[in-house]
Amino acid sequence: MEASEIPALPRGVRLHFDKIRDTWVLLAPERAVTLDAVGLAILSEVDGTRPFGEITRTLAERYNAPEDQIAKDSSGFLDALRDRRFLDILP
Amino acid sequence: MTLAPPPIAMLAELTHRCPLACPYCSNPVKLARQDTELNKETWISAFQQAAALGVLQLHLSGGEPASRRDLTELVTAARAAGLYTNLITSGIGLSERRLADLNQAGLDHIQLSLQGTDAAMADEIGGYRGGFERKMQVAAWIADIGFPLTLNTVLHRRNLHQLPRAIEIAQEMSARRIEVATVQFHGWALRNRDALMPTREQAAETTRVVTEARARLRGKLVIDYVPADYHEEFPKRCMGGWGTTGLNIAPDGQVLPCHAAQTIPHLTFDRIQDKPLAEIWHRSDAFNAYRGTDWMAEPCKSCDRKTVDFGGCRCQALALTGDASATDPACSKSPHHASMQAQAADHAAQVNAALTYRIAPGKPVPAQGKR
Repeated sequence: MEASEIPALPRGVRLHFDKIRDTWVLLAPERAVTLDAVGLAILSEVDGTRPFGEITRTLAERYNAPEDQIAKDSSGFLDALRDRRFLDILP
Repeated sequence: MTLAPPPIAMLAELTHRCPLACPYCSNPVKLARQDTELNKETWISAFQQAAALGVLQLHLSGGEPASRRDLTELVTAARAAGLYTNLITSGIGLSERRLADLNQAGLDHIQLSLQGTDAAMADEIGGYRGGFERKMQVAAWIADIGFPLTLNTVLHRRNLHQLPRAIEIAQEMSARRIEVATVQFHGWALRNRDALMPTREQAAETTRVVTEARARLRGKLVIDYVPADYHEEFPKRCMGGWGTTGLNIAPDGQVLPCHAAQTIPHLTFDRIQDKPLAEIWHRSDAFNAYRGTDWMAEPCKSCDRKTVDFGGCRCQALALTGDASATDPACSKSPHHASMQAQAADHAAQVNAALTYRIAPGKPVPAQGKR
């Protein structure tokens, strides 16, 4: 994912707190993806307005971590969602 | 005794009524009549109990779920219970107005079935003239509203050559996903093996087309593929493992570990109107019958894949070997595997076999064809 690309959760893909299993999941057609703390932190920043570079900057500041490491980790995660059509890139 | 993990998905078969008569319908041969269907309140209670038990995904199916007049209210209630709602439909019975209402109700996703890629094929397989044209109209309304869409194709000997076109249609409909399911021989399909069994060459060609399309359309169209298991080496992990992941509720309230479980004659099924869903999931004999691995015999018992595929499909084992606890004959380790593959070749060679259509609930079941 490029720093200038704007990720967005498309219709039909949404975050959901699973009370029974006490975890956040990403609900999508025919899938429920269990999210760890990192996945949740990234997706919570995906709002369909801010580009990927701004998201990684925000996370780097909040968690006091190197931005390039965050960009690398979250890019892999978001690209995998994109391949499944669980994430759109806005034009 | 430790409790089984909670289910993730529930298939609600709202009705067995359907305008189509597909010869591979997965509904049981003995269909539930309309006057035995659960009422709206019982379905809503079932949805709430399912969510409390841990179900995340609700699949509203049938028959044709649009044949239920209370479909929109059921979707509203399911969303209120916190469930992700998926409508599995042929499109017949959905109007522009009804789709707008379902949109308002919060329906998350639609799966639209495709019987063929042109009217001649689709209407013959569905046994419903004009069905294809109507379906294309419904698909346009779905796209206008912006519902996430999966196109569901069931492929068999007669229409497997249409797969490349089906993949194009999915893209033209702006579907995000296509299910390429080779017909599974349960329910009505079991009576149509002569007419529907793909050849080994077709099965191989289908895998080739899917592999090529997946690479070409990565990130554009997701392709989920169910291969022809009569021609495979290992069985499918049916339902993700019996009583581990999902459950079904039949139109009359029987709670089933899978949609074909009623074909296993020694199992009895509790009804949602009689017992709490959690009790049925955790404690009923039917759900515990094939949970885990204790029920297995050889060659499953000592197999290193036993927790990978759980011995395959119990209903297929019963249908083809007479023993529901046998290894699924789709497995190359099954002593019945060679005879199953020989039978498959024999079925596939019946080039002139006619289709036996599904009937309407309450109508007399036609006698099973010879062979």
